Amino acid sequence: MPPRIPAAALALLLSVPGCSGGGADAARPGAKVLRIAMSEEPPQLDSTRATDQVSIFVLGHVMEGLTRYGRAGEIVPGVAERWELGDRKAVFHLRERARWSDGPPVTAHDFVFAWRTAVDPKTASEYAFILYPVKNAEAIASGKLPAGALGVRARDDRTLEVEFERPTGHFLALTAFATYLPLREDFYRARPGRYAADAPDLLSNGPFVLSRWVHGASLTFEKNPRYWDEESVTLDRIEVPYITPDANTVYSLFKDGKIDSTGLGRDQLPLAQADRFRMRAFSTGSAFYMEFNHRPGKPTANLHLRRAIRLVFHPGEFVSKVLGVPGTLPGTRLIPRWVRGVAEPFVREHPLDPVRPDLVAAKAELALARKELGGTLPPLLWLTGEGAGASREAEYVQYLLSSRLGLTLKIDKQTFKQRLAKMTSGEFDVVSAGWGPDYADPMTFADLFASWNENNRGRWRNARYDALIREAQGTVDPARRMDAMAEAERILLDEVAILPTSEGGAVYVLSPRVTGVVRHMVGTDPDFTRARIAEGAR
Amino acid sequence: MSGAIGAPLLSKDDLAPAERGDLRQAAVRPSLSYWTDAWLRLRKNRQAIASLVIICLLLGGTLLGPLLWRVDPDRQDLARVSERPSLSAKLTVLAEPPPYVETVAVEDGAAAAPAKGALPAPAALEIAGDPTVQAVRLQWARVPGAESYLVYRSTSRPGGDFLGLPLGETGAGSVVSFEDTFNLEATTYWYSVVATDGGESRDAATVAVTLQAGIPLADARLLDPGANPGGRVERPWRPLGTDYLGRDVLARLLSGARVTLFIGFTAPLLYILIGVILGGVSGYLGGRVDHWIMRVTDFVMALPFLLLMILFKVAFGGGPGESGIVPMLVAMILLGWTGAARLTRGQVLQLRDAEFVQASRLLGARRSYLLLRHLLPNTLGVILVSLTFAIPGAIFTEAFLSFIGMGVAPPTASWGSMCNDGIKVFLVHPHEFLAPAVTISVAVLAFNLLGDGLRDALDPRLRSVE
Amino acid sequence: MIAYTLKRLLAGVVTVFFIATATFALMHAVPGDPLAGAKVRSPEIRANLQARYGLDRPVLVQYAVYMRNMAKGDFGISFTQQNRSVNDIIRQHFPVSAVLGLLALGFATLGGVLLGSLTAQLRGRMTDRTVLFLVVVGISVPSFVFAALAQEGVLLWNAWAGTTVLPVAGWGTFRAMILPALSLGLGTLAFLTRLMRSSLLEIVSQDYVRTARAKGLPGWRIFLFHELRNGILPVITLLGPALASITTGGFVVETVFAIPGLGRYFVQAVQALDYTVIMGLTVFYGAFLVLMVIAVDIAYGWVDPRIRVAKEGGA
Repeated sequence: MPPRIPAAALALLLSVPGCSGGGADAARPGAKVLRIAMSEEPPQLDSTRATDQVSIFVLGHVMEGLTRYGRAGEIVPGVAERWELGDRKAVFHLRERARWSDGPPVTAHDFVFAWRTAVDPKTASEYAFILYPVKNAEAIASGKLPAGALGVRARDDRTLEVEFERPTGHFLALTAFATYLPLREDFYRARPGRYAADAPDLLSNGPFVLSRWVHGASLTFEKNPRYWDEESVTLDRIEVPYITPDANTVYSLFKDGKIDSTGLGRDQLPLAQADRFRMRAFSTGSAFYMEFNHRPGKPTANLHLRRAIRLVFHPGEFVSKVLGVPGTLPGTRLIPRWVRGVAEPFVREHPLDPVRPDLVAAKAELALARKELGGTLPPLLWLTGEGAGASREAEYVQYLLSSRLGLTLKIDKQTFKQRLAKMTSGEFDVVSAGWGPDYADPMTFADLFASWNENNRGRWRNARYDALIREAQGTVDPARRMDAMAEAERILLDEVAILPTSEGGAVYVLSPRVTGVVRHMVGTDPDFTRARIAEGAR
Repeated sequence: MSGAIGAPLLSKDDLAPAERGDLRQAAVRPSLSYWTDAWLRLRKNRQAIASLVIICLLLGGTLLGPLLWRVDPDRQDLARVSERPSLSAKLTVLAEPPPYVETVAVEDGAAAAPAKGALPAPAALEIAGDPTVQAVRLQWARVPGAESYLVYRSTSRPGGDFLGLPLGETGAGSVVSFEDTFNLEATTYWYSVVATDGGESRDAATVAVTLQAGIPLADARLLDPGANPGGRVERPWRPLGTDYLGRDVLARLLSGARVTLFIGFTAPLLYILIGVILGGVSGYLGGRVDHWIMRVTDFVMALPFLLLMILFKVAFGGGPGESGIVPMLVAMILLGWTGAARLTRGQVLQLRDAEFVQASRLLGARRSYLLLRHLLPNTLGVILVSLTFAIPGAIFTEAFLSFIGMGVAPPTASWGSMCNDGIKVFLVHPHEFLAPAVTISVAVLAFNLLGDGLRDALDPRLRSVE
Repeated sequence: MIAYTLKRLLAGVVTVFFIATATFALMHAVPGDPLAGAKVRSPEIRANLQARYGLDRPVLVQYAVYMRNMAKGDFGISFTQQNRSVNDIIRQHFPVSAVLGLLALGFATLGGVLLGSLTAQLRGRMTDRTVLFLVVVGISVPSFVFAALAQEGVLLWNAWAGTTVLPVAGWGTFRAMILPALSLGLGTLAFLTRLMRSSLLEIVSQDYVRTARAKGLPGWRIFLFHELRNGILPVITLLGPALASITTGGFVVETVFAIPGLGRYFVQAVQALDYTVIMGLTVFYGAFLVLMVIAVDIAYGWVDPRIRVAKEGGA
């Protein structure tokens, strides 16, 4: 999903458990409590409708789907203990010990109900599209078929049968996603319109239960004793006593010992260095790029202009000096370095020659562009969002283009919704965009620029690209899929449909007493479900 | 009184007719008009005069500053990001480093892979090539069993758990080199390399390197087209340092002054003008006109100011590329005139029935004469004081709006937006925040003190009596 | 008195009505689609969402529906948090902002009256000048600057003392309220000090004070019953708007100190184009402000004998 804030700025803090007391609930002596802060109140804990990082984080700790992500980001069994995947269908066998927090077992019917609810147009779920590989899902979401026609059924209480719309090689990766989580029908229907509005209205089947929720102020998670794998969960409680987006506040809380970990923005790095905290970096998995407007009549529809811009943009300098967060990698292509191909990272299996900045060539391309555009180059409109990082990037590019190429760039800073509106209506020349992966497969990035994808806001169209994507979507042969996507990516970059700028990275600090925290690029991040707190007081 | 007890208190002489003399008192000083008197009293107020001088300096600086200090506020110099205030320096020009090639070590099949998480520190860690502020390259020996290497950098000696900033990882056990181009400065760095195989090892190899200041060839050529590697180039001074994109803080302060002071003067001027006119008319005419104008005033006053200001800004945010100044101005004017209106109306009401006005009217004065000669001058004092206090208010409002991101749009600078950018890095680069914050505070302080002084000077009850 | 109050209340209702209308108009003038999501939805889903929120009807109809609901006290459901009604949001978060605001105002008023009286008594002397100067400096420092610096200061203090003297952020205990209230109230404190001072100075030279002194009344009696009682009038006049502005201006302080107040919600709602929350909060704040002003005017009329005696109510 498109990341709303550069990962570096999103902070989840952990607080230090221990003798300083803290929260309103008194800790049992010896209780292992993890404390963190969140950047905002989770807006939507209904798994069929959740879209944002914070809600997915909460859901990842209180619920579990057919599968989940393991330590290295691989798919491991969740509620489903084994499965059979075919070309056209899949069968999942649920474990017997999977239970809801109020007692009854998790059954296949819960999955059927949840998936039907997610695609039902009445639910108006933004993520319904992620269920499209399931047969009839798209038709249902467009209102052409009733929700009951979805290609999923419960053969019995513990067997789930899924039919695919077309062969989907990456279906297993999708099953760990939040929209695929189960819902129990009687619980859901007993509180119409209020499901997941408060702590008692959310039913858990995951490692933790949301025991307390004071809106805007705090959340508390207690270990779920009915979780089938509860032996692997050593934390007794996770507390979130602070909700604020202010990175400095959150860093101060960490320094003061009130929380156990926090992400560090660019501005907190020197502080953490001075305070000698152990810092860790990780790739957030997102790809960031400049998206050009290819609608007819726009100057950026001209290939030479785009080439000129690419030849002066230096991603290395951009990442190092402007973004300033280590762990961020210069963007050289669409598919980031962490994505796996057949057996190795995709970028190793399909290497591309990087484009080196070349001012002379850039000026030549600019001259060609000028000629083709009728002699003058109009000012370009740069659309971007709020946030300090967005301003920095915009100002950097503006000066870069004006000083190297004499191009004028006007900055249009908009709030989130307005930016989306302008992107959809095409009121921009270049927009600073990004994409966070929904699942661990190159397709989550590759299909972005297919002509049918509404998220292709620049409206770039290339028939060969579309054909290649369709080919990759229509086969389960890994080698063929990867090759098709690689060639599609090559076309995308040759045409400079987009200009990659960076691959998201973040730095965070962790209290030395806490171990076992897993960072994921896809799904719940950070993952505290198997975190451990060392014995002994601070 | 004379005499002892018993003696008469008055004598016959006392009751004789007095001398007719000039009963008028000698004039001690020439008669002063209200305004001259006020000016004299103001002059004696040292704080107020100091403030007036400061304000004039600010205005002068705003108008003349960019002519005297000819640095482009938009000029970015990414080699000098967030630099402290500095004098000019001569720097050596650095040649372009040779292209970086990863060192790949072949698998040494003989060595046994150690247990997970217990990898030793890499041996033979050294700096490869010539380390400069452009790039530092590291190289080490391969560790059997490692899947990747993590590289850290710190500005103080690593110890305990602390290794420094995590620069990145090599991604494969066979890649045993790393190039660091991340924000290098002329200081001493300690690089640490840790081998990892999924679990993080505790043992790190460390090497220190001190970098000399230098300027990359491309940047040097911008300053002096004839520069060559090895030569010396003079880097201009930055009296207030640079900001997060390497722009000169002083230049941005000067250009920001224009924005902030423009808003700070224009908005209050206009809305006070509107308020005075409406209030004056309302107070003078009375009756239904007064009633309706007051109802409108009540309504506008009841509007939650900040909320509507924000809404307004979002609604009429102006086109892209515009600075965002105009909608802010319009919002402030539309919502700010009520105070002045009520104040003026109150004054006019009081004065309308004052004796001297009645007397003047009895003597046959026309409405316009009354207004110009009597009412206005007497309200002017109050108006002037309001104006002087409205200006810092407007500056603050602009600073606050820019601070929460609802003010001027980038890249336009204003003192408020500079404060916003600076406060995030206050602990590390205090100069970025202090420059605009101190300037705002000084300006606001000056206006407040001037306002105090003016109020004291223009108060008719405090008129000089000696 | 009663008639006056009723008249003002009625006028207040009309004012709130106009506020709501103005906000509605402004909101619909904002470009952008409140239902726009990062993921584009199918037309079916969009249509359903629009129907659910009533956005598919013409603007005037939406307006009428909204006004009717508002009269019933129903502000609708938030767009961004679809499980919470705006009433819930106000009910859960307003008390926090109110407490913070009251505390800040209390601190500002108490401090302002005390400092103002002090400097008025010691007029011209060193203490007066220093306090005045500090006060003016206090006005010159924006609240967001003070909040951030204060937080850093507390952090250092905690580190030095080895224990948590004051919490760096958060809400719930009294100690957590001190710093935010201070940050919020500082500007008002400075302003009220000066106001009190100038008001007292004016009164001290009045005839009735001189009479009281000539009569031989003890200093404290004069101060309490004559000077303070009259001097405090301008301060009272400004309390109403001051409280309202403090409650709304608390956004930055709420963010810096992680306080779950209403101010934060409003700005976030504006940025997210959450129509219902924006409307609800604006109307709520507007009504609150109007109420405060009326209450203060009545209080003023009660405290100021001149107005009480006169037939005409103060305007």
